[in-house]
Amino acid sequence: MATRNLGGFLVLILAIAICEAASVFQPISDSHRSAGSELFTANDGSFGSLEEAYEALRSFEILGIDKKSDIRTATCQSVVDKLGSSSSAPKDLFYALKVNSILKCKVNDKIFEGIAARLKAIANTASSLLDFYHSIGSLVLIKDQSSEVDVLLADAGGIFHSIKSLSQSDGRWRFSSDNPESSTYAAGLALEALSGVVSLASSEIDQSKIGTLKSDILKLFDSVEKYDDGAMYFDEKVVDLRERQSPLSTTASVVRGLTAFAAVTSGNIKVPGDKILGLAKFFLGIGIPGNAKDFFNQVDSLASLESNKVAIPLILSLPATVLSLTKKDRLQVKVNTVLGSSAPPLTVKLVRALSSGSKVASTIESQELKFDRESESHFLDVPKSVDVGNYIFVFEVVLHDSEDEKVYATGGSTQVQIFVTGVIKIENAEIVVLDSDVGSIETQKKLDLAGENSLALSANHLQKLRLSFQLTTPFGNAFKPHQVFLKLRHETKVEHIFVVGKSGKKFEIILDFLGLVEKFYYLSGSYDIQLTVGDAVMENSFFRAIGYIDLDLPEAPEKASRPPTPAIDPYSKYGPKAEISHIFRVPEKRPSQELSLIFLGLVFLPLIGFLVGLLRLGVNLKNFPTSALPATFGILFHVGIAAVLLLYVLFWLKLDLFTTLKWVGLLGVFLLFVGHRILSHQASTSAKLKSA
Amino acid sequence: MGKASTSSTTKDALVLFDSLRSAYSATPTTLKIIDLYVGFAVFTALIQVVYMALVGSFPFNSFLSGVLSCTGTAVLAVCLRIQVNKENKDFKDLPPERAFADFVLCNLVLHLVIMNFLG
Repeated sequence: MATRNLGGFLVLILAIAICEAASVFQPISDSHRSAGSELFTANDGSFGSLEEAYEALRSFEILGIDKKSDIRTATCQSVVDKLGSSSSAPKDLFYALKVNSILKCKVNDKIFEGIAARLKAIANTASSLLDFYHSIGSLVLIKDQSSEVDVLLADAGGIFHSIKSLSQSDGRWRFSSDNPESSTYAAGLALEALSGVVSLASSEIDQSKIGTLKSDILKLFDSVEKYDDGAMYFDEKVVDLRERQSPLSTTASVVRGLTAFAAVTSGNIKVPGDKILGLAKFFLGIGIPGNAKDFFNQVDSLASLESNKVAIPLILSLPATVLSLTKKDRLQVKVNTVLGSSAPPLTVKLVRALSSGSKVASTIESQELKFDRESESHFLDVPKSVDVGNYIFVFEVVLHDSEDEKVYATGGSTQVQIFVTGVIKIENAEIVVLDSDVGSIETQKKLDLAGENSLALSANHLQKLRLSFQLTTPFGNAFKPHQVFLKLRHETKVEHIFVVGKSGKKFEIILDFLGLVEKFYYLSGSYDIQLTVGDAVMENSFFRAIGYIDLDLPEAPEKASRPPTPAIDPYSKYGPKAEISHIFRVPEKRPSQELSLIFLGLVFLPLIGFLVGLLRLGVNLKNFPTSALPATFGILFHVGIAAVLLLYVLFWLKLDLFTTLKWVGLLGVFLLFVGHRILSHQASTSAKLKSA
Repeated sequence: MGKASTSSTTKDALVLFDSLRSAYSATPTTLKIIDLYVGFAVFTALIQVVYMALVGSFPFNSFLSGVLSCTGTAVLAVCLRIQVNKENKDFKDLPPERAFADFVLCNLVLHLVIMNFLG
């Protein structure tokens, strides 16, 4: 059980180690196809917008997913609606035509003619880059969809010039002449629009203009950014939060623009092949994006790179980077285009193999891999000089045909981290109990660490324990694993872990019990012995109980430290905690509501009695002052008392003591004043009565 | 004999009550009002005590504040009665208005405390 746990742990370490060296780029594969058909889902046969519909259809087309028929009817309907409407914006027309280029809906040539005339007018008068992009893009699409319609631009040179005038000296573009910020994303759009102008031009565009544009592209590629693993991408320099484009969409825009421009111009654009390869690695390196827009950008850009005229990137990939010597695994290397189609005839060479220990010296000589036509892979038996361990293999791709070198980008050498695993031999394992003073051997036991052992040893504090063994690789070299631990575990679950060191060729540890009695807390009794030997490249890593040793240690002195309380099971630390049950005070028994209400009524009885009594006594308000001023004071006095009582009720219901005291203070002063006035008035009237 | 004595005791008591009533009817109306008020307060307190005896004294502070409010105000009213009564020579110089002002002030202070204690 424990052994299995450790095995799982080692697999985990291995997996992590491989992830860290993730510079292996895999071409587009079936996992992309299934992810694609899940990402683009239409609601009842139609997409939210034609732009989304185009992105879905285009991705399906590239990945070879046949889903057209499901969405054809609804989408074609909205395409025809958009194209037929005379108020559609250039952007809507653009995406409608793009969808139509894939679905081939039935659209009347008359409609195309009307749109073409409108778009030409827009292209001639446009001032913003997006207007140029959409109108010219649409015209190019009409040209492809209908041969009857005249889409050629009479003033191609003028339009070319007005788009070019938005360009910046560093190869980037502005979105419009009144917007000073330049953008890499816009550069991609501009290149695509310009390539459209070139293909629509009724007369040839001036070659010098195209030449300057080519040097603009080279300048743009100077600003490409690079990751450590060779992936390259474009990013916007100005962070404009409103129209911020992600590095993915920026790079995709540039790739689309570059490939479109390269397709319409003669002569090559001197963008270095490794930059194109770096862009391809960037798109492949992001894996499978989680949202539809990113997915489309990735797949569409890779499709543009797949057949571009600048340089077609070839991706070297390894199905497995862990090679087992015991299973006689062969090194398998595939070279494909980004979408996974086969590469032209080529040879893969293993140039160097750097052991992770020594970064400089190569352990092998340069070797060629053998090509297997059936699996379209290049194979090589693991060279004899490559022992178990962790290596960096350096591959080089050499194209057979020198003409191909102009078309393809192989990117020179590719570094791949490779793990070579094997079964490690354990030899001369023995465990010995020695007499401390003389060094004479008391007991000596051979161990078979490959199988089960159940040793029974005994020792006292004057003796020593020595454990030793040798590890050798399948090629007979000494092997030093990451982890070699010896664990002694007392009956009371007190554990002691020792690191087994390497001395010479042997792994050896000597436990001198005299020096360890304190560490062992003077605990005599049986200790289980467990040995751990583990490494990522060691196929037979183990964690094994090899028996027990009965230790006879001296009695603990008074001051000796107590053994620690056994640690709680470490896994329980992360497990669910015991549920806390809250105990509330049991609510007091309340009387029935009826009884309380009856008594509430009863409480009013004396009050009624009081009022009735007042009536019977013939109480009157004749003494209430009649003249205006004292009457006001009298009323105010009673109002004041009522206000104070009302305040008390509020105090009971919600106010706190301080607010109440503040108000009581204010009301008190008022009450004192009016009370004094009215009462002294009363007193003076009664005194007058008396004297009269 | 027994019967005669019982009837005579009843008669005596009636006579006593009559004399008390006639003596009391001579009391000024002001004092009667105060007496009525005291009776009202005491009865309210009594009803609360009976309720407590039936139900238990769980919100004890509420019970205390209720009863003390009644007894307190009754005591204050008795004090007022002493001061207002003209036959009390000790307070001859004290005008009844002043006594009433004291009564109002004391009641306000008492009820502030009661409200605080009510819970």
